[in-house]
Amino acid sequence: MFAYANPKRFMELSGRVLPWLGAATAILFVLGLYLSFTAPPDYQQGDTVRIMFIHVPAAWVAMMGYGFVALASLIGLVNRHPLADVAAKQAAPLGALFTALALITGSLWGRPMWGTYWQWDGRLTSFLLLLFLYLGYIALWNAIENEVRAAKAAAILALIGVVNLPIIEFSVQWWTTLHQGESIFRKGAPLISAVFLWPLFVMAAAYTSLFFTLLMVRMRTEILERRARAIALGANA
Amino acid sequence: MPPFLAMGKYAAFVWPAYGISALGILAAVVLSMRAYYRAKTRLSAAERNQK
Amino acid sequence: MSAFAALLARDVRLATRAGGSAMLALAFFATVVTLVPFGIGSEARLLARIAGGVLWVAAVLANLLALDRLFQADYEDGSLDLLALSPLSFEGIAAAKITAHWLTTGLPLTIVSPVLALLLNLPVDAYVALVASLLIGTPAVSAIGGVAAALTLSIRRGGLLLPLLVLPLLTPVVIFGAGAVLARLDGIENGAIWLLAAFSVAAVLLAPFVAAAALRLNLSE
Repeated sequence: MFAYANPKRFMELSGRVLPWLGAATAILFVLGLYLSFTAPPDYQQGDTVRIMFIHVPAAWVAMMGYGFVALASLIGLVNRHPLADVAAKQAAPLGALFTALALITGSLWGRPMWGTYWQWDGRLTSFLLLLFLYLGYIALWNAIENEVRAAKAAAILALIGVVNLPIIEFSVQWWTTLHQGESIFRKGAPLISAVFLWPLFVMAAAYTSLFFTLLMVRMRTEILERRARAIALGANA
Repeated sequence: MPPFLAMGKYAAFVWPAYGISALGILAAVVLSMRAYYRAKTRLSAAERNQK
Repeated sequence: MSAFAALLARDVRLATRAGGSAMLALAFFATVVTLVPFGIGSEARLLARIAGGVLWVAAVLANLLALDRLFQADYEDGSLDLLALSPLSFEGIAAAKITAHWLTTGLPLTIVSPVLALLLNLPVDAYVALVASLLIGTPAVSAIGGVAAALTLSIRRGGLLLPLLVLPLLTPVVIFGAGAVLARLDGIENGAIWLLAAFSVAAVLLAPFVAAAALRLNLSE
């Protein structure tokens, strides 16, 4: 597997895979959107259930993205895999975007139920904190000038974050039970009936495919930029 | 309003949700592709200068 | 005197001099608490209800004040490089500095908190819970803040980044700390103080190692 580690192999491989991945993403979205809009309205939630088809996938990719950043950080620190740091760095802005989308769609989904655009319930609050974790990680990468140092410092931060994430989620859950008022929309989402599972899964696949497509594009971009910078530095030597 | 657009009177929530998601995703795609092509041109320029 | 004790004593001395971080933290703590009633009204019952939370938030913010300079001051004038050459390990350096930070920030805040709780009408029987939660929780704030300070020590104006980095990590401390006070107010047992203690012990034990990794990273050229 580490034979694909070197940037040149990655560029060759990703160059061949990318068109297919992009096509798959597009197809999944077309199919997913069709399913989302042809699904019947829910008994309780009416048509707002359609928001679930874009909220849950975004939330899922947001969480998976952070796990990816943490895993890539670990590999970068331990194995010194040359592409791991690039992968972690480029995955973070994507993860942050999906976290923001999860928050916005979650807020819009909840408004008909709660009556307010924001509710300090377990899920939204956890995602707000996840967004901060992402933003802090990205800010640290940008703040440290030395590329190698930035990679390692950010990696340490990502690992601290991933270890703390379950603790944070637990404490937030505990906190909501402490201050629970009359909340109609509780943490466990209403049981999903089978007719909604297909749109949900296809959209989740679409979002995941999109994440990896964009990640691949961004990693290729970073590799090209580093090459250009290296040439420029070599020319000035 | 046609039933499809009305979304059972939840239109004000469903459509903005889809709209903002689409905008966010499109922005990510456009920005990523632009950065990629910019890096590509910069690299070929640098390689040309090397020669 | 061991190297650890020497570093500890020196940092404490630096922080407690006039205009040092100890005074700054206390002043900030008092300022925030005093401002709150002006912001939300002086109704006694309301203040009593939020006193625990306000004191906890103020304590965390006051702690953050001096954190960005924790390692940066010594990094900039070369003292950190000298310390690296001493027999004290990076873990020891981190532990000494974090301890000094707590002794000169967290501990004084804890001691002063009953006086400020008075201003916020906290019921007297919740004072023990308040002081206990601060005593147990503030070491975790110093520990986690110390790790973030080690990560950001090479960044000029890194102090702006620090609150962003520690906010999610400190959420459990605030939740359990204020929760402990709330439990006393509501007369229920919610285990907050034990959860806080567990988190704090873990944070304090692990922080020196993580901070040391960050120090090593930033000092290697």
